[in-house]
Amino acid sequence: MLNYVLRRVAVAIPTILLLVVISFVLMYAAPGGPFNSERPLPAQVMANIEARYGLDQPYWKQMANYVWNVVVHFDFGPSFQYRDRTVNDVIAQGFPVTLTYGFWSFIVALVVGVALGVAAAIRHNSWLDYLAVGISIGAQVLPNFVMAPILVLVFTLWLGWLPGGGWQGGQIEYLILPVIALSTSYMASIARITRSSMLEVLNAGFIRTARAKGLPTSRIIWKHAMKPTMLPVLSYLGPAFVGMITGSVIIDVFFSTGGIGQFFVNSAFNRDYSVIMGITILVGVLTVTFNLVVDLLYAWIDPKIRY
Amino acid sequence: MALLDIEDLRVTFTTGDGEVNAVNGVSFSVEEGETLAIVGESGSGKSQTAFAAMGLLARNGRATGQIRYDGRNLLELKQKELNRVRSEEIGMIFQDPMTSLNPYMRISEQMAEVLTLHKGMTKRDAIAEATKMLDAVKIPDAKNRITMFPHEFSGGMRQRIMIAMALLCQPRLLIADEPTTALDVTVQAQIMELMAEIRQEFGTAIILITHDLGIVADTCERTLVMYGGQIMETGPTDTLFERPTHPYTLGLLRAVPRIDRDDETLSTIAGEPPDMSRLPKGCPFTPRCAWAHGPCPTVRPELLPAEGYPELRRACHAPVEEVK
Amino acid sequence: MSLNPDPDTADRLLAAQAAAEVKGRSLWKDARQRFMRNRAAVAGLVALVLICIFAFFGGFLAQYEPDYVDFSLIGSNATQGVPSFETGHYFGTDSSGRDLYARTVQGTRISLLVGIVGAGVAVIVGTLYGAIAGYKGGRTDGAMMRTVDILMSVPYMFVLILMLVIFGRSILMLFIGIGLISWLDMSRIARGQTLTIKGKEFVEAAHATGVRPMTIILRHIVPNLLGLVIVYATLLVPQMIITESFISFLGLGIQEPNTSLGALISNGASNMQYGVIWQLAFPLFFFVITLFAFFFVGDGLRDALDPKDR
Repeated sequence: MLNYVLRRVAVAIPTILLLVVISFVLMYAAPGGPFNSERPLPAQVMANIEARYGLDQPYWKQMANYVWNVVVHFDFGPSFQYRDRTVNDVIAQGFPVTLTYGFWSFIVALVVGVALGVAAAIRHNSWLDYLAVGISIGAQVLPNFVMAPILVLVFTLWLGWLPGGGWQGGQIEYLILPVIALSTSYMASIARITRSSMLEVLNAGFIRTARAKGLPTSRIIWKHAMKPTMLPVLSYLGPAFVGMITGSVIIDVFFSTGGIGQFFVNSAFNRDYSVIMGITILVGVLTVTFNLVVDLLYAWIDPKIRY
Repeated sequence: MALLDIEDLRVTFTTGDGEVNAVNGVSFSVEEGETLAIVGESGSGKSQTAFAAMGLLARNGRATGQIRYDGRNLLELKQKELNRVRSEEIGMIFQDPMTSLNPYMRISEQMAEVLTLHKGMTKRDAIAEATKMLDAVKIPDAKNRITMFPHEFSGGMRQRIMIAMALLCQPRLLIADEPTTALDVTVQAQIMELMAEIRQEFGTAIILITHDLGIVADTCERTLVMYGGQIMETGPTDTLFERPTHPYTLGLLRAVPRIDRDDETLSTIAGEPPDMSRLPKGCPFTPRCAWAHGPCPTVRPELLPAEGYPELRRACHAPVEEVK
Repeated sequence: MSLNPDPDTADRLLAAQAAAEVKGRSLWKDARQRFMRNRAAVAGLVALVLICIFAFFGGFLAQYEPDYVDFSLIGSNATQGVPSFETGHYFGTDSSGRDLYARTVQGTRISLLVGIVGAGVAVIVGTLYGAIAGYKGGRTDGAMMRTVDILMSVPYMFVLILMLVIFGRSILMLFIGIGLISWLDMSRIARGQTLTIKGKEFVEAAHATGVRPMTIILRHIVPNLLGLVIVYATLLVPQMIITESFISFLGLGIQEPNTSLGALISNGASNMQYGVIWQLAFPLFFFVITLFAFFFVGDGLRDALDPKDR
């Protein structure tokens, strides 16, 4: 098991390094620096600015500096747009917000999705099953950027029950709509995967054995069927995590929640490379770490993988 | 009174293409301590007969008729009562030992749960008992290997574990559904030997379901030949093998290679196993039968004692003398 | 007593065998029948055809050009720009006083094109990559698939936006970018299938007669991946449309005066509190129907071509 963990970590580290390097190369390849504006700055001013941001140094040195700072000090450097702020400041401000509603969305998607999927599989071909299938088909066409306006239209503009935006330190009423908008399509996918996985597992030979042993149904479901049912769900959690973190950009922009997504889009419009890179790398590290955790969980459930 | 008495059992599956009748009016009984073989090609309804007895039919399946075990009709039992019969009274092992053990649980856990549930043992006692049973089925180093996962055992070993697990509560009847089909030939012989020993030691009655006539010959007292969800012929194994009176039994026997004779030609039975959703009204074997004549496609033959061979009962319109 | 069949019996057995021969059926004909029996899939196909007609010929019915601005409507959009046949604005007008019907036709067309081209790029790249990896096997395969593993754990949307920022926000960039980040799944599926096909006799025969590996891949492997590719491509198109709409919703995708369903939904969503709900409703309707149609057709094709997987 330890061997397996070490090997997985050994793959994760170069992945992250690669991501940092690729981001840097992409940025360096960009036509026009961040300070090229319509009205050219005087040469002296330009040189001062470039010296300040280290842009006057040779290519390889810039890259080495950047990678070194990111990896060792976790320092993404200064923002090109906001004089007084570093990329780390931007992340420190936005990330807790993203993390809060992201965490709840993930929990809701997972818990509701699995519960719905298991219930549908156990009551195969009942109204509950049809409801679950209906929801998961419907939610396929309702990605977060469609859910968000529909939710605001209904619950804010028509019913007036919940605020259509803002954050206010993450109070519950500001949390509900973003969480629903972000989690719905993933909840539906998890429900669909859980359902078909459970149905397949229930047809397996070892479930028949368990029934022949005279075990009560509840024990068969929880003790025998649950682990293998969760394996495909687990493999989906990685992509779901990426999808949700990507969707957070929409949530931040649409609900003005003030998470990193908002900074990301603003920086994209302003060509604030260091912020874009910083956030991309942060998200990449999160993703790689998350996938690592999923892989380890997978190995914990499936004894055939531990070697 | 027989241990297990099945009367006019019918099993029907509802599928997208309509009703499929897998078992059509099967009646037979098993005495205490007896070994009975149920033989037939795949799709003959032999496995579904056993599944019906254990309440293991797929969701879309329905069984009617009577399956009396010790005087009680198993088809009418409540789920909870049926769970007590399963493994306490009737044990079952399955065709594929690769898939019939849970790959995500240790052997110890899978075996112990039977005893903690049915016998109210503590987990520690249950594991000790399970280890003893693994010893009995000749798993080497059972004490240590019991904590392993199924994939760490070979196919033959897994089938031994399945047998041990089915015997934990010392059931009076063991149903073995093609227990050796998925195994190597040498391993097959070992498993059959083990089953014979078990019968000696525990006095367990055994129903052996198989398509392999070779393993039936030396293990089972009585044999029952099924085709198209119906019994074709039944009787003592010796007589049935020496003097088959049914064209289908004859065909099956011709398809078995035998080393004790050298004068024979192997042959297969022409055609395909029957389409269970479109069985002929009469004898299901008609389309493949070389003796089919007048009444065969329309009139279902009754299971009657064969003329001249009173121990055998057969369902066929062709005269016994012609079938040779 | 003998088990030898007499000549008479042998004849009878042969006759029975001949009678029991079963007629074979063509694979594609079989698949078409299964597809046509699937009501949801057929409905999806009909919807898809109607949407295509709308997207490519709907413009002839429009009373206005998509970029014609009716300045008299700006500011009084909620009262004057209501959908109506009298004014010729069937779907009303957008916040800039442009005809929403013409804009929706244009947006649907661009979304469809991005989806189809993006899926096409992804499928071609993914199939070739996967087929080569699977056919070469060994260390090449290991390295190629490990690369895919690594790329898969990259949050592609962020990288795509990074690319759009750096290389400029053009439709071409969007086409290439979306296609290039979506081939990973396809390559995995194609590799798995290739491994199965590789073991088949006709591939070994080709190999034994000295056909070049690339020719084997293109002539023998890829055609046998076709069913799989068709299914995957159909299911990929809606994903591409969603991706494009996502980026356009943020304003980083399709640029004015061009538009896409995502951009139209974005506009509608930002104006919905002003009582111009139709600006959201019409694009949303076409978006949802298009996705549904593709998903249903894709599911139907999968069931039809791979009956095991039901």
